[in-house]
Order: sequence, then C-alpha cells, then structure tokens
Amino acid sequence: MKNNFLKIALFVISLVMIIPAKAASLEEYFYASGKIRVVIAVAAVVLAGLITYVIILDRKVSKLEKRNKES
Amino acid sequence: MKTWLKVLAVLLLAYAVIASFLFPLAPGGLAVDIDKISPGENNFTLTGYNTHFTNDSLQVFVASGETYFCCTILEVLDANKVQVSVALPDTLPSNDIGFYANTPVDGTVYVQKPISSKDFTFIEGVKPMSACQVTVSNDEHRNFGYPFQIIIFETIRNLMWHVPMWFTMFVLMGISFAQSIRVLSKSGREDALDASISFKTIDMYDLKAATAANTGLLFCILGLVTGSIWARFTWGAWWTNDPQLNGAMVVFLMYMAYFILRNSVNDEEKRARLAAIFNIFAFILMVVLLMVMPRFAEGLHPGKSGNPAFSSYDLDSSLRMVFYPAVLGYILLGWWLYSIHLRIKKLEWRDEK
Repeated sequence: MKNNFLKIALFVISLVMIIPAKAASLEEYFYASGKIRVVIAVAAVVLAGLITYVIILDRKVSKLEKRNKES
Repeated sequence: MKTWLKVLAVLLLAYAVIASFLFPLAPGGLAVDIDKISPGENNFTLTGYNTHFTNDSLQVFVASGETYFCCTILEVLDANKVQVSVALPDTLPSNDIGFYANTPVDGTVYVQKPISSKDFTFIEGVKPMSACQVTVSNDEHRNFGYPFQIIIFETIRNLMWHVPMWFTMFVLMGISFAQSIRVLSKSGREDALDASISFKTIDMYDLKAATAANTGLLFCILGLVTGSIWARFTWGAWWTNDPQLNGAMVVFLMYMAYFILRNSVNDEEKRARLAAIFNIFAFILMVVLLMVMPRFAEGLHPGKSGNPAFSSYDLDSSLRMVFYPAVLGYILLGWWLYSIHLRIKKLEWRDEK
C-alpha cells in the first residue's frame, strides 16, 4: 500500500514537471485547443477527490475488520 | 440505498462524463486579423471555430448596422480559415461593425471584435450602392453542440463538472440539517443506552448529521478547487472577489468549525445538541451566503446577480440535456458515499458500546 502511494506521488510529480517543460507558461499550455485542457484538469480534480474519499472509507473498513478479528 | 438507485447513479454519471467530453462545441467566429477598416479595399483573414468553410457555399460579409457588404473570397485556407477582400464606400450608416460568415452547415457565425473605423463618415439611414442582400440565420446552433462563447470556449463543459458539486453539497448539507433538527426534537437520551437495538436516538441522528456534513464538505472542496482552476483560465486569477466565491469559502470554514466544535466536546449528549445548533445556523447561513447574497452584489458568476429564476439561467437546450442528468447523478453519488460512510460509522459506534 505504501509503495503504491509512492508510485502515485511520483507519477503526479512527473506530470506537474512536464507542464512547464513543454510550454513557456501555464497560459500557453492551458489555452491550447480551445482551453480543453482546463476541462481535463477540472475532471481530473473531481475524480481524484472522489477516489480519495473512497480510499479513506476503504481504510476505515480495514480498521473495522482488523478490530473484529482481534476481538 | 436501493440497488436501482446505485445503477441509476452509475448510468447517469457515465452519460454525463462521456457527453461532457464528446459533444462538440457549436461553430463560432474566432477572429479577424485586422484592427482597422478604411474606405476602399480591405483584405483580411476570418478565423472560425468548428466551422465548415468550403469554396462553393461560403459567404462572408461585413455589417455596418443593418447594412451588409459582401466580401470576395480570395482563398479558403481550411475549414476554419478564409482569406477575403471587401470594398467599402466612404459613407456608412452605422459604426457598429461586425464580421459574419454564412455556410449552410453552420448557419451564420459572428466575430466579436472592437474595430477602428475612424476614416468613415457616418450618416444614419444612408443606403450605399455596394451593399448586398444576405440572409442572416439567427438559428445559431444548426448543428447540435454546446454554445460557443468567446473566452469560455471548451471550458463550457466544466458546467457538467463544477456546478453539480454545489448541488450535491446543498443536498447533503440539507440531510445534515434535517438530522440536526431531529437531534433537538428529542428530549433525552435514556433510549440511547440500549441503542444496540434501536437507531432512533440522539446519538444516531448526530452521527447522521456529522456524516452527511462530512460528505458534503468533500463536494464543497471539489467545488472550490474546480472553480478556482476554471477561474484562473477564464477570469485570470485563482481567486477573485466574487460574492459567490467568498460565500463558498465562508461556508467551507463554517463546516470546518462545525467539526472542530463537535470533536471538542466529550459528553455525548452535550456534543450532539451543541453540534446540532451550530449546524442549523450553518445551513441557514449557507443558503443566505450562496443563494441570497450574490443577488444583491455584482459578481462574475453568470446568472447570479439580480433576480434569476431557475429557467432564466442562460442554459442552452444542449447543455440542459447533459447538465440535469449530471446533477442528478452526482447527487445520487453523494448520497451513496454518505450511506457507505454512515454504515461504517454505525459499526464503529456499535463497537465502542
């Protein structure tokens, strides 16, 4: 689980690093093709938020399972 | 939550996600490459967006008020670009200058651009000889597509991502509000002592209120972050002084305060009642801040200032087709997440007893 988080974090960091490397400014990157990248960024944020919430719930269930096993 | 509601939520969300990306933007006029028109010959390039310019059916014209001057098409560079030339007389009827392109597929597209026309003399009602007859098709979206708007462009699709977050937050906070009222309507918590059987207790209502507010806060955060991204590339700043934005931030902080208050009281009954009172005020304040206050102030959010009825939101029928299912889908998803969270909380709570 910890390893997975590291991988995801590295992936996100590499994504963030690619943006300034390819375009001169944020505007240049996001204004391309009718600003469609803004929509992709917004959609990604929504999905990331929902998935994060599910992960939090998942951990709570794991904790409950663990406690049930002990007792 | 009933299974068919979960299925419905998945179907609606799948439709909303796919449709929000796949439906095209309606054709529109993007730019002309001149800043000034003068009497005589004018050459310029007109650029459209999602248009279908072809050699045989394209008609480009310059409008001065209600009078139109047809352009000679020099070269159609591609489906979105055309090079034209137009001869203008010395006298024009109006300094309201516009650039239009007519195609049978797209209807009429219009380029919005402030343009200098100081070399002309303007006489109202004058009928220049070189004016030509054209039919302006007001049917803007002949092809199905989201409305084309300058500056917004493709980000109109964010409507299906950003706005449902707030609708979902409202529903979840509403659930929280209702549960808080139920907390206060119970007089004692004697019945809470053998709560392993019954869930109709103060503790349970308090748990429901807190869980609904927790899930609502997720959607509040998502709404704030997505709104901030959208604002950065439309209004030019991550945060602006729009009444809606500041109200949303206050709502976020208020619900954070709710959780801090709720977690800082150890006695269970006192906690339930204090949190319920705070929550009721928070909900009412949220309605005031997000639905009432923006109407009294000038803001950047479209359709907010003044007295908008729900039907007068400038929503195109193509947007409605996706927006309403998206809202319903996200509300169901929010409810689903809330019910899962609540089941976990109930188990935790039962374990503690």
